[in-house]
Amino acid sequence: MEFTTVVFYFFAAILLAAGVRVITARNPVHAALALVLAFFTAAGLWMLLEAEFLAITLVLVYVGAVMVLFLFVVMMLDINIERMRQGFWDYLPIAGLVAGLMVVEMVMVLGGERFGLVAPEPKPADYSNTRELGLLLYTEYVYPFEIAAVILLVAIVAAIALTLRRRPGVKWMDPARQVKVTHEGRIRMVNLKPQKPESKTE
Amino acid sequence: MQFFAELLGPAWLPVWTLVKIVAIVLPVLVVVAYLTYAERKIIGWMQIRMGPNRVGFFGFRLWGLGQPIADAVKLMTKEIIIPSGSSKGLFLLAPVLAIAPAMAAWAVIPFTDTLVLANIDASLLYIMAITSMGVYGVVLAGWASNSKYAFLGGLRSAAQIVSYEIAMGFALVGVLMSAQSLNLVEIVEAQRGGFWQWYWLPLFPMFLVYLISGVAELNRAPFDVAEGESEIVAGFHVDYSGMAFAVFFLAEYANMILVSALTSLMFLGGWLSPVPFLPDGFFWMAAKMSFVLLLFLWFRATFPRYRYDQIMRLGWKVFIPVTLVWLVLMGAAMQTPLGSLFH
Repeated sequence: MEFTTVVFYFFAAILLAAGVRVITARNPVHAALALVLAFFTAAGLWMLLEAEFLAITLVLVYVGAVMVLFLFVVMMLDINIERMRQGFWDYLPIAGLVAGLMVVEMVMVLGGERFGLVAPEPKPADYSNTRELGLLLYTEYVYPFEIAAVILLVAIVAAIALTLRRRPGVKWMDPARQVKVTHEGRIRMVNLKPQKPESKTE
Repeated sequence: MQFFAELLGPAWLPVWTLVKIVAIVLPVLVVVAYLTYAERKIIGWMQIRMGPNRVGFFGFRLWGLGQPIADAVKLMTKEIIIPSGSSKGLFLLAPVLAIAPAMAAWAVIPFTDTLVLANIDASLLYIMAITSMGVYGVVLAGWASNSKYAFLGGLRSAAQIVSYEIAMGFALVGVLMSAQSLNLVEIVEAQRGGFWQWYWLPLFPMFLVYLISGVAELNRAPFDVAEGESEIVAGFHVDYSGMAFAVFFLAEYANMILVSALTSLMFLGGWLSPVPFLPDGFFWMAAKMSFVLLLFLWFRATFPRYRYDQIMRLGWKVFIPVTLVWLVLMGAAMQTPLGSLFH
């Protein structure tokens, strides 16, 4: 058996185990961590496919940012497992449909040779995947790429607009004003003549 | 070397790589140990104190040079207390997750143009990906300890690291636009030509943003709200003791050295000599790294801790706009004859 095949089965086994843990773990934090492991091993598999840019980006974006925020939220939630299990049988048909679709897609990808998909030739070692991807994205696919970027921007603006609310009576500080504070604005020097304390009257 | 290669046959490559890994990791750990000593000494001098000056070797005090060794032995022999009600597995996994990225990132750091473990094509991307995983150690330590202080520290750290990573990433985009490469060796070679050709000058805003974001990513003063002693005791590692605590400590200092190495590679010309009549070499790299490390220690002795909302404001409302504007400026200037300023 070739070395890369051994590596493939190693990563694939971890990926499957992590994937199973994501849906079986009772603790949501453990499930989120299993998902992190799944992403990481998937990046390893992509690396085997010579897609090093996508592999590194998967780690950078999903493991390094998305899952951190995910974990952040999950940790703060008090999730009731019993209530989450309530709708299990109601959702099962939809889940089965999605799973079935994914099985069909996987069969078509894995058995691609039967559907006329030709495996590309392995590239030489000095082939820069990153450069080629960048060139394609910014020349041939520039409009789809920019449209996707705009859609993401709209989503960001929408998400921020949804959480933006003005509550009356909230005490808050304007950092810009705080930064501009000088000692003249805070301390007033007063020249006071010495005074006699007033005698206390009973 | 030829002899060993023939002796071991196909096992030679893994063995030789392991030897090289050890040759990188061991010096890093030694530097970590003496960085803690340097930190205590330098901050001591800045505050008109002596710093550690008792522990030496063989009965000689030697300005306290034995202090880090004594500290390491002390931490190793202490008990690791696991809090009741903690998530035991994750509690022990968290320090490992903190130190693993801090060590793995060193795989692609070039020390001179030939002295590098793995000279891969996208080494800058690799560094960003690996270092972005360091936050898991902190977040998990906070959560697994089952303590409110630790949890608050973990949350603060996660929010802070994710925010500053964006500004840091944009600063690196500036570097790779100038160098037109993601490879660290090529980035340094693109800065050849002396002090004024290094990227700190054409990318000055990026340099500042990177340096300050680096301090924030490291959770060091003045951005160390994750372990703010005055509010949340010691933050995410309040429940850690003995070697488990020491591993967090090691990770923090290894990351400090890493950020100093990256700053000197990307903005200060790495192993290149500042003047044409002196030869290039690892000496320059070490000197530049020491300078950046000194800056980190200096910051800690100088600035009071930021308030949490001020940190978030600085990251999102100052650094990200600054880097974005400078990127657009650079991109526009590169289309004109002025573009040579940025190469």
